Parts: sequence; structure tokens; C-alpha cells
Amino acid sequence: MYGIRKVAPVLVLAAWALVAARLDASVTPARPAAAIGAPQAEVIHWWTSGGESAAVKQVAQAYRQAGGAWIDSAIAGGDQSRAVTVNRIIGGNPPTAAQFNTSKQFLDIIEEDMLNPVDELARREDWDRVLPQPIVDAIKVGGHYYAVPMNIHMQTWIWYSKDAFARAGIAREPQTMDELFADLDKLKAAGIIPLAHGGQAWQETILFSMVLANMGGRDLYLRVIRDRDQQAIRSPEFRKVLLAYKRLSSYVDPAAPGRNWNDATALVIGARAGMQIMGDWAKGEFTAAGQKPGREFGCLPGLGAASPYLIQGDVFVFPRTDKPATLRAQKLIAEVVDRPALQLAFNQLKGSIPVRTDADPRAFDACAQKGMAILRDRARPVGVAEVYLTPDQNGALQDVLTAYWNTAMPVERAQNSIASALRY
Amino acid sequence: MATLRPRSRLAPWLAPRIALLPMALVALAGYVGAAGWTLWISLTGSRTFPSGAFIGLAQYQRLFDNERWMLSLHNLAVYGVLFVLACVLIGSLLAVCIDQDVRGEGALRTVFLYPYAMSFVATGLVWQWLLTPGDGIDGAVRALGFTQFRMDWIVSQDKAIVAVVLATVWQASGLVMALVLAGLRGIDGEIWKAARLDGIPAWRVYLQIVAPMLWPTFATVLLLLATAVAKLYDAVVAMTQGGPGIASEVPAKFIMDHLFLRSNVGLASAGAVVLLLPVLALLAPYAYARSRRGAA
Repeated sequence: MYGIRKVAPVLVLAAWALVAARLDASVTPARPAAAIGAPQAEVIHWWTSGGESAAVKQVAQAYRQAGGAWIDSAIAGGDQSRAVTVNRIIGGNPPTAAQFNTSKQFLDIIEEDMLNPVDELARREDWDRVLPQPIVDAIKVGGHYYAVPMNIHMQTWIWYSKDAFARAGIAREPQTMDELFADLDKLKAAGIIPLAHGGQAWQETILFSMVLANMGGRDLYLRVIRDRDQQAIRSPEFRKVLLAYKRLSSYVDPAAPGRNWNDATALVIGARAGMQIMGDWAKGEFTAAGQKPGREFGCLPGLGAASPYLIQGDVFVFPRTDKPATLRAQKLIAEVVDRPALQLAFNQLKGSIPVRTDADPRAFDACAQKGMAILRDRARPVGVAEVYLTPDQNGALQDVLTAYWNTAMPVERAQNSIASALRY
Repeated sequence: MATLRPRSRLAPWLAPRIALLPMALVALAGYVGAAGWTLWISLTGSRTFPSGAFIGLAQYQRLFDNERWMLSLHNLAVYGVLFVLACVLIGSLLAVCIDQDVRGEGALRTVFLYPYAMSFVATGLVWQWLLTPGDGIDGAVRALGFTQFRMDWIVSQDKAIVAVVLATVWQASGLVMALVLAGLRGIDGEIWKAARLDGIPAWRVYLQIVAPMLWPTFATVLLLLATAVAKLYDAVVAMTQGGPGIASEVPAKFIMDHLFLRSNVGLASAGAVVLLLPVLALLAPYAYARSRRGAA
């Protein structure tokens, strides 16, 4: 490892060798000869866990029933999957369709003019009206729609154990940040871990987003995260948010650093911890443990009746091509994915909720129904940080938040560092 | 015979140069060219894709306004000093011990050099287990009855980087030992005889006579260790992932993250250029000294 005789910019070289490797990394998959006329689609995605792969099978099945031939390219891990997609687009051998998050992850690819728009479908299905605004903001660039949304995840649910709440003498769900802290104190006094938390940077970002949205409100949230308004970041209101976020760290058990989110959920399921603030994917853990919403656990989408609802999701994008057969396949996937019936089937298995506000909520559980009702109120949904920030801005914000959470960093310094992180 | 003569006059001058040409071209294109391109990209606004939009030194301004980058540089300095000192000290001591004609020298040499032969991605994981509080060293010592014992460096804000030093010193000091031992074996036996006649204690001979004679060896060692410091990456990824929080972040990890996960090739390149500067600063005096010696 250290055995290089000549001192050369080793790291620089290694890094650029990797970049060069990306440029010619064009893997040609073996394509079975398709039946004449069946539009053949190779789809890259990272839905590989149990529920996820069952969900994507629904999509593949619907596509086949619509007369297409589906070639599945599942790649474990979002980072890895997106890297392969970008490599293959640059290498000139793109897949027919590829998964991204509803975010700025694919903005650079759009600006390089490497994606096909889906305006025709968007117009026909009236996306401007049926899709929530934050989703539209992420997928509509320069007046064109560049992605077909699949689902919506809400990131900052409060999951609580009814048993733990009863033991701590908490009679009703908290409606304000002050009530939340009072409940956390009661849980602590009852000898229960008040807040189940996994000490990883992205989980700390979820806690911060929850406090910013619920305590700072929609306006402050959007001014800081969407507009990156320096004045708002340096305001006393934002300082209060940071202090409340930091205060949460005093309700976490000492074994939290490095813990995985599902291990934290297990603490709530076993009533060893009072609550966890986590995305709707946590619901799958409760369900797998045989628990039901309203019976063993409660789900709270926010504090108070008008709390902002922080959403993100998955989309399919369609790399640019002129081949008529591929264009036909792309059009067919987009159409199939957008059908309300498929949206229902997919999201029931995935644990998320349909992106179309005109989907039928009766097929879903109590928590998902709450979410779908909120989604119809156009004043409540806002995007998570990734929807508004580029990956590097979002990463810089996350670095500051995790440092502030884990160290004795003064709040003024955290405020300055966040201002720096979001300035560029 | 007559036809061969002009060729044989040409050959001694030309042949080695022709033989070296491909390597020289590779070095020029691969090392200098890549470094030059990195420098250029660092002056552009490149994000996911390299672009030609010149923005001057803005990436550098952003870099030095970044909390994590500054902490990474600080960590690199702390790590560099501790790592180099510990490696040179432990490696030299090991070499001197083996130099005492101990039995089983071959076996010992292999044992000390062995860690260097293994990938740190694997051994780093083992170190992570060893250093995890509750398990590993911490748990083992407490199981022996020392219930007050605490070994929680790897989860501590201040000491996480020291935990990385510990593991990498274990790996690299064997290499230092091998190099210093080779140097010691090159010392003329007459010097030892003369010192013994004069009744000088062995430690003074090592420190005041042998060590100065070994300076080229130490220069090589320092150079190798300095490059290892600058490109520190795998140990951190395997042991702490930069945590807890961002406590053990290092510049190379910052660069890799921005290159691939955070889609900012421009900022990553600026970091790479900054990282190149201390390496060049170390290299320059060494190259100068060598060229002086060559001229003399």
C-alpha cells in the first residue's frame, strides 16, 4: 500500500483513473431476441430488498401485460445503481429506463441534454394538477417533465409505542415541540429510553428536518432549505431550531452511535424506547413484528394539524435515444407506471403511498391513509432537503448537522457553518 | 564487421533511451498530464460531469470555507506527526533488536513484515472489532478483572484519529524495520570493532555514528511514510467511516466522496490539488539533495 517509490500525485492519479474508467465503462448486456413488435425495455433500479423487489415485480408484470419485454437490471445500493446509470449514459449505452430519487440527483444529466422528456404523458394525465407541488418542482425543469414519479415516502413520521406512553403516563399525542419535550421528560422519568435513534449522519438529518419543519414552520423551512436564504439561516428563529435539535440528543441512549435505523425501531417495538422519528419505511418493521397501527403503536405525521409534510420518492428517467423501438418502450413504461391501479399495487408492497392524489386510499393502512389525506392539502407537502439541494450542498449540510449533534460545538458556530455549507 | 561498427557506436547512447521512452511517456501522460488536468478542472465549475466553465479560484474559496475540509486537514496533520514518529521509532527499535544476531531472525522478520502484506480493508475491519467498546480489547481486559478499564478511542471525538494511527502503525512499522535493517547490514563491521576498542556503549554508537550514516535510508522511509499519510483513506473507511460525527474525516475521503457520491468533480479536484502541495513540498528538498549529490 505504501510501496510506491516515486512520489507522484498518487491520489490524483487514482481518482482520475477511476473517472476515466467511468467514461468507457459501457457494459453490453446480452439482449435476448425479442418478439417482433414487443418493445423491449432494460430497466436499472435498486429495489432489491424483500418488499421492494415484490413491488417492482408488479411493475414488470404490468409492463409485460401491456405487450412489452422487461429486462430487469437490479443493482443493490442507490449510490452504486446511480453510478452505473450515469456511466452507461456517458458511455453511450444507456438503459431504457433508470431509477433515481425525486431530487436533484439527475439535474446535471438533464442539463447535459441526456434525458428524453415525457411531456406528452404529463399533459394527458394533467400532472400539474394531480401531482404534489414538491414532486413537480423536482421533475419539471425548464417547463419540461423529465421523470415519471412512482411513489412518495414521508421522512419524518413520529412512531411511538402505546405501551411505553401508557407507562410514562402520556395520555395524548404531542401537538407542539414543547409538548414533545415534556413527553420525552416523562418517558425519561419512567426509566424508558425517550428517543430511539441510530447515530448515523442521515438519521440525524431526519431529526433536524423534523424540528425545522415542525418548530420553524413551512416558511422558515423553505427559506433555509429551498432558498438557502443566508438571512434566514442567521436568524434567531433558526438558532432556536438548532438548539431544540441539539436538545433531542440528551434523550438518546449512549449505545446510539452507529446504530442502524431498524435496530432503533426494534427498541420502540419492544417498548424499551418511547418513540422514533423515521420515514414510513419503519412501518414495515412494526408490521413484520405483528403489530398494528392504533393498537400497539401510533404514527404521527407531525406536530399539530398544519405541520409540513416532508416528502421524497422514486422516479424513472429515460435516457436520450433516437431509436424508434427504444422510444416506444420508454413511452410504454411511462404510461404503465402512471396507471393508478399499478400505483396502488406497487405502493402497498413498498410501504410508500401513491404519487397521484387521485388514488383510492381505502386499500391502505391507517398511517398511509393519514398521509394520503394530508397530501391532498396542497399547503402541507414540502420536499426533503435532497429535493431542493444538490448532492454536494446536501452533503455539506449533513456534515455540519452530524458534527453539531456529536460534539460540544456552540450553536453560533453551527449556524455559521450551515450558512457556509449552503452559500455555494 | 564493417557494417556493424557505426551501429555499435550509436547503441550505447541510444538503446537505453529508446528502452526508457515508453515509461517516460506513461509517466508524462499519466502523472504530469493527470495532475495538470486535475488542476484545470479545479478551476472550473464542474459538477457530475467535467465542464470547461472557468470560475477561477471559487472552488478553493468554497473548500476552505468548509468545516469538514478544515477538520480533515487538521486530522491529517495530527495523524501525520503521530504516524511518522511512531513508525520510525518502533521500526528502528525492531531493526536494532533483530540486528543483535537473535535466533530465528528470519521468522521474526517475516512476522513483523507480515501486516504490510495484507489489505487494510480486511485488517482495518479486524481493528474495528478489537477497538469497539464492550468487545475486543475493552471487553477482554475487563473480563480479566480490571473493571475500571476503558478503551473507547474509536467512538471518542478526540481519539478516533489516534485509533487509526494505532492500526496503521501496526501495519507500516514492519516496512520501516525492513528498510532500516537493510541499512544496518550495510554498515562496515570495522566501525563496530573500533567503537568496541574505544569502549563506547552500543546505544551511543547507534545514535551518534550509525544513525547519521543511515540518512539516505531514513530519507526513503520518511518519503514513503509521507505519501502514506497524504493518501490515507482505506484505514478510515474500514475503521470509522469518518465518524463519530465527522471526527476522523481525512482529505482523501473528502475528495472521493465529492468525486462519486456528491457529484462535485470541481471541488474534489481542488481538494486533490491542495493535497498535492505538501507532498511536493516534501519531495522538493529530497530531489534537490539528490541532484546535488549526483553533481558532486
